[in-house]
Amino acid sequence: MAENDKTPLGRRGFLRTAAASAAATALPTVAQSKDAEHDHQDLPSDLALRVKALESLLVEKGLVDPAALDVLVDNFENKIGPRDGARVIARAWADPAYKARLLADAPAAIAELGFTSGQGEHMLIVENGPKVHNLVVCTLCSCYPWPVLGLPPVWYKSAPYRSRAVIDPRGVLAEFGTQIDEDVEVRVWDSTAELRYIVLPERPAGTDHLSEEQLAALVTRDAMIGVAKVSWPGKAP
Amino acid sequence: MNGIHDMGGMQDMGPIQHENKELVFHHPWEGRVYAIDRALRAFGKWNIDVWRREIELIPADEYLRMSYYERWLEADEKLLLANGLVSTTELATGTPDATLVKSVPVFTAAVAARSLGRGIPSGHDPNVLPLFSVGQRVRAREINPIGHTQLPRYARGKFGVITIDHGVYTFPDTNAHFLGQKRQHVYSVRFTARELWGESASPRDTVNIDMWDDYLELA
Repeated sequence: MAENDKTPLGRRGFLRTAAASAAATALPTVAQSKDAEHDHQDLPSDLALRVKALESLLVEKGLVDPAALDVLVDNFENKIGPRDGARVIARAWADPAYKARLLADAPAAIAELGFTSGQGEHMLIVENGPKVHNLVVCTLCSCYPWPVLGLPPVWYKSAPYRSRAVIDPRGVLAEFGTQIDEDVEVRVWDSTAELRYIVLPERPAGTDHLSEEQLAALVTRDAMIGVAKVSWPGKAP
Repeated sequence: MNGIHDMGGMQDMGPIQHENKELVFHHPWEGRVYAIDRALRAFGKWNIDVWRREIELIPADEYLRMSYYERWLEADEKLLLANGLVSTTELATGTPDATLVKSVPVFTAAVAARSLGRGIPSGHDPNVLPLFSVGQRVRAREINPIGHTQLPRYARGKFGVITIDHGVYTFPDTNAHFLGQKRQHVYSVRFTARELWGESASPRDTVNIDMWDDYLELA
């Protein structure tokens, strides 16, 4: 390990003075953060400053183009997300031929709808049924199907979920309010390689009259990870 | 390495903290770290497995304390230093060494826009033959390497059945140490919950784990 495991005091001092303009905007954000409550993690208040300092150093050294960073951030904040996955699921429910293609070759079928970004060449769709409920986890890190679901939520990357999803999947599902009958197999997928899994939930009963757009509005991110089912409240959301 | 990152099967991590209407990035700096990481990888000085290994080298107490993107930041700073892209002095002061020639970013906005449609290169290779086939009963090897591995501890020594041959992929155990890609087949291996966790587990449930040829032996 390099010697500066901990941020040296001198560097903290530098960060506080040299990045004072960033402090004016960044520090209040961190102070008001609810992350600590959510994560049980202690977020040092100077992280925003440390990143600001690193980015300016890399830009000044000609290693990083800030406009390129903007493109990536914008992509995940505004362009890619679980709505894309929901469109894939709704299409599979509405069109049996599409569903067959999706189960046979997920990347190609997903690309038909225009979603092809990174971490997605090796996606696999796993289908729920009356006797099987699928649940996706990455116990080693945070592998997740970015092109159709965006970046993973904090809980998916957190120690409680990663540790217990494989040993106590039914307990984990219960924490999400999802009960699975004893005679149904809970099939957990631990994404330990470059394969990325997406759950095809069961289409809820009573939705025959809904359009593909209305169906897509019912499909949640959690259902595509497998911690929830898709429900039909009786009227379009 | 039997590190804290390999946490499948642990039971003392507390309740899951679900958030409604969660933001993609909880703070602007998280998005910057995410993007800086992608931009730096374009230099080709390290690969994704080297980077994963660097995160796994964060000491356990720090790993648990840190938020997700703080781990990325930590790993990227270490890799910048180890590969000579920045010096310790530069990182500590935030000021570039004036005696060095300024680089030209590899990862420009145009490259970034094109990169949005590209994933991890892997997949089919008819020249790499599988060592196992679908339906075979296998045992996950009992290994405890000090280096990087993606064979989780909870599966080692356990018996399962191959259900899918996913094709050919780079082997992370060597790739993470610049020892070559050693491309080989990856399979989905199905383990019963009872094989992994004993008689108290549901008799119906299974855990399906992706495993490379080198992780497996015939049962």
